[in-house]
Amino acid sequence: MMEELIDVLLLAALLLVALQVIGSRGLVAAIMTFGAFSLVCAGLFVTLDAVDVAFTEAAVGAGVATLLMLAALQRCGGESEAAPRVHWGALVVVLGVGGLLVWGTLDLPPVGEADNPAHQHVAPRYLEQSGVEIGIPNVVTSVLASYRGFDTLGEVVVIFTAGLGVWLLLSSRRREEGE
Amino acid sequence: MSDDLILRIVSKFLIPVIVLFGLYVQFHGEYGPGGGFQAGVILASALILYLLVFGSAAVRAVVPLAWLRWQAAFGVVLYAGTGMATLLLGGEFLEYGVLAADPVAGQHLGIILIELGVMLTVSSTIALLAMLFAGEPDQS
Repeated sequence: MMEELIDVLLLAALLLVALQVIGSRGLVAAIMTFGAFSLVCAGLFVTLDAVDVAFTEAAVGAGVATLLMLAALQRCGGESEAAPRVHWGALVVVLGVGGLLVWGTLDLPPVGEADNPAHQHVAPRYLEQSGVEIGIPNVVTSVLASYRGFDTLGEVVVIFTAGLGVWLLLSSRRREEGE
Repeated sequence: MSDDLILRIVSKFLIPVIVLFGLYVQFHGEYGPGGGFQAGVILASALILYLLVFGSAAVRAVVPLAWLRWQAAFGVVLYAGTGMATLLLGGEFLEYGVLAADPVAGQHLGIILIELGVMLTVSSTIALLAMLFAGEPDQS
């Protein structure tokens, strides 16, 4: 009962914050509210027992992404346009696609059931064997760092490459300005 | 760069706490939530707070941009190098069990090494992004 109440409250807060992002006049206000959106998302991940994901969402989504968007805004000098009138065609498309997505979720297995396909593949082996094979209590760390170590290596390379790309872009622009 | 006295003093007090929490998340990631990625972001956020309050010249006095670039590359090398080490020791790529006589101890050592690599790359990349976006233009 308590869990449903928290879920409903968090989802309602998510909806309110999302509407606030759309409705806010200034881009700075929209970016800050978007950070709050990420923070509420992090709360939802906690209710799903995905604390590692919630941690990342709070740190990256609410913190770093907000800061980078603000910095980009400062660099580009973006100005918000006057709040546009409701675009009925776009609203129909968005509601249609949203309705289809909600309809699609009706075929999904219920959240948290033990015999869901997602819990039948490799998850039981990780849960049963990782204590013996890896010997650390946080199974998420075991999966990310050891069982799926190759994937995590790929993620690190992606982050490195992204940083390299931004550095090359911004530092070359600077050199032109300096000359 | 802020001249606000309260902001400067509070952030001076907060930055060591943030760094300490980042290291806690790094080295406690095997027991609680967290790990190299989250720790890297938290460590970078300490540097970003320093950047916001004291300006990019002050940050560059602490960590030069070149250092951040080397650190980002070194993290990837440390991760992939751990994989190469397991290959050379006769295991498969990233099979940490061969790193020590006891497979479980090897797993621990391997996870610590690759999480360190993740933390180094993530923290320096995010700090570098913030420096490039938010810092004043420089000649580097």
